[in-house]
Amino acid sequence: MSLLSLSRRGLLAAGTALGLGLLALSPPPATAQTPPGVLIVGQIAEPKALDPAAVTAVNDFRILMNVYDGLVRYKDGTLEVEPALATSWEISEDGTEYTFTLREGVTFHDGSAFDAEAVKFNFDRMLDESHPYHDTGPFPLAFFFSAVQEVEVVDPLTVKFTLDAPYAPFLSNLAYPTGLIVSPAAVAEHGAEFGRNPSGTGAFTFAEWRANEAVVIEANPDYWDGAPELQAVVFRPITDANTRTAEMLAGGIDLMVEVPPVALSQFQDAPYTVHEQAGPHVWFLILNAKEGPFADVRVRQAANYAINKSAIVNDVLEGTAEVAAGPTPPAFAWAYNEALEPYPYDPDKARALIAEAGAEGAELTFYVTEGGSGMLDPVAMGTAMQADLEAVGFDVSIETYEWNTFLGNVNPGLEGKADMAQMAWMTNDPDTLPYLALRTEAWPDQGGFNSGYYSNPEVDALLEQARVATDQDERARLYKEMQEIVQEDAPWVFVANWKQNAVTSDRVEGFSLQPSFFLLLDDVVKN
Amino acid sequence: MGGYILKRLVSAIPVLLGITVIVFLIMALIPGDPATAILGSYATPENVAKLNADLGLDKPLVQQYFIWLGNMLTGDFGTSFALNRPVLDEVMERFGATLILAGTAFVLCSLLGVAAGVVSAANQYGAADKAITFTVLLGISIPSFFLGMMMILIFSVQLRWFPVSGMWPIYGARDVWALLDHLILPASALAVVATGVIARLSRSAMLEVLRQDFIRTARAKGVRERGVIWRHALRAAMVSIIPVLGIQAGFVLSGAVYIEIVFQWPGIGRMLVDAILKRDILLVQGGVVVVAACYVMFNIAVDVGQALLDPRIKT
Repeated sequence: MSLLSLSRRGLLAAGTALGLGLLALSPPPATAQTPPGVLIVGQIAEPKALDPAAVTAVNDFRILMNVYDGLVRYKDGTLEVEPALATSWEISEDGTEYTFTLREGVTFHDGSAFDAEAVKFNFDRMLDESHPYHDTGPFPLAFFFSAVQEVEVVDPLTVKFTLDAPYAPFLSNLAYPTGLIVSPAAVAEHGAEFGRNPSGTGAFTFAEWRANEAVVIEANPDYWDGAPELQAVVFRPITDANTRTAEMLAGGIDLMVEVPPVALSQFQDAPYTVHEQAGPHVWFLILNAKEGPFADVRVRQAANYAINKSAIVNDVLEGTAEVAAGPTPPAFAWAYNEALEPYPYDPDKARALIAEAGAEGAELTFYVTEGGSGMLDPVAMGTAMQADLEAVGFDVSIETYEWNTFLGNVNPGLEGKADMAQMAWMTNDPDTLPYLALRTEAWPDQGGFNSGYYSNPEVDALLEQARVATDQDERARLYKEMQEIVQEDAPWVFVANWKQNAVTSDRVEGFSLQPSFFLLLDDVVKN
Repeated sequence: MGGYILKRLVSAIPVLLGITVIVFLIMALIPGDPATAILGSYATPENVAKLNADLGLDKPLVQQYFIWLGNMLTGDFGTSFALNRPVLDEVMERFGATLILAGTAFVLCSLLGVAAGVVSAANQYGAADKAITFTVLLGISIPSFFLGMMMILIFSVQLRWFPVSGMWPIYGARDVWALLDHLILPASALAVVATGVIARLSRSAMLEVLRQDFIRTARAKGVRERGVIWRHALRAAMVSIIPVLGIQAGFVLSGAVYIEIVFQWPGIGRMLVDAILKRDILLVQGGVVVVAACYVMFNIAVDVGQALLDPRIKT
């Protein structure tokens, strides 16, 4: 049949044309490689803005920390503060006045000078509703500094903060991205568009933002702490974890953050390096201590014994987390109680406690989320926990919600709805989580996050004292005592502390993750 | 004709208004609000209330709707909460990217699908037919997102022929070649299922036509087989193939969402998914309204076109 011959001929022709086209198209492999001195980072999402006062996501912080500085910063590899734009500070006896001496000769990327006026501008902009640039917000995390009553310019290189009450986490809040200092001149120039035209004092200057493609920052040769080795960094938003993994394997990115546990095995060998760093994260189950079986402390302890946390951490999370012992993550090394041992996996002991409390066969409603900030792999984890709890005689029914809906159900309190709920927090100070989620005055009806209605006057007192103590050793002692009591009272099932991970290619040197979960690139070298 | 066009345009107004109401209500009714999504762990009722007030979300629903509608009619679609950028800029840019992807995929699946169907029908039960039918069945059965991932693994990770994701290179020229380089994999992955469907329906349409008398006449007249198939039969079969293409065009456009996520194509489908998860109300509303308006306009254009060709359709 002539048609067959035609189609064969046609196919040949089409094939040749296609092949030629591909040849012309397929670029030399070199284009997949990135230029030397330029680091390409695979991010998990498009940033919202590059205005530190306006953003809340870790994803955005990863860029911001390289463009801006704060008055203080975390010491490399710790969560303890050290001088940055401020060279020293003094705290008044009563803990309400902080006087900072500022670094001399620092300029913003736009050329304007960094001084006490600039510091005052930054905090007034966030906190003072009558400030001319307050409308460049909203500033969702401004409450980090709600204790600040006044910021006063003493002289060009001295600035004084007056707090309405002693507030020990103040310094570490200043080290958080919300406390990074922006250029007043740039805010005045760009107004609400400042978030797309950022200017700070950091190791890198902003170069370009191509929507949904890349944010490019370039080395700041005049950086006060030494110019970075890299010429530039490109942050690419790649939301799908599998695609991010593929980009890493194909050489499209040099550094990838938040590697999914199942993909880690791909990067175990050369030319890749896997970095891991435990951070200020804790994953727990809120137990409803107000009503139902968990009102009895023995049943709450039983749940802690019943759940096999090592199995969850090793098998479900593939070793990307460690078993948590108490409410405070070990990353807060100075405030963490080393003596604390996690509840061991002991189903027999759990059964005995349940029998003692007469809670055999209790029906439990368990809120599980599909995923959310810091929640790791909640559905798989929830299923494993359900199996463990059923093995000791509970009857557990899971209710699964999408993250925002989940928060809308959990944050107002579990009363009348559920016996337990998953939750995870990442914080920057050992004060934050227990203060907001374990005090009696933090019950949901009072605006806190104590959704399980835990109440222990001793814990309340310790947390209040720790908040007003300005001596770090004293604070540490109080937090350590709090952790012991909370572990014994078991208002939560303490499950895991997440280790943040990242993968770099063999062209990248000098990179390490920080316990703060920030991404600091000023010492990174790319060959 | 002018009157007909006007009538159709006027009848589109209630449709578009209805769409705005539905979209607005859906976003207002789904649980969770933008402030909670933005604040995450720090979403205390107090902080949420303050941020909602800053975002203008504390007003009554009806008032919010009319503010939004009024602004929109003057061309102001508002600013996205999550991206801090005018909604209209984002939507237009994203919609353009989707059209490039879906348009290429549509051209691919139309050409390949019809060609495969014709070859298949011309060789009914022959080796080519069997091979095509098998391939088509395979293509229809593989979910496009899985195919996309497999294509990335083979062509990008192993062979390194194409970039894994994105629409433009990070460095280098942003020309047609760079675009094609990024476009080939996603457009192919997106086209596969539609190609299969079009091929199957083209095959049966052709088989039907090939049995008709005028084909026998053409052959009897001594027209070469090639001419019979491609000129006489295909032309007649196109009558039933074109509506299939129309349906597949819609399918390709909606199927682009999965492909956009797998290949990180900056299209509107991915934008809407992200926006819904972040409760970025204005972005979702703006995006849906623009897409729906385009869809309505496209339908009107098709109807008008048909009416021009065949005045009987005008009713």
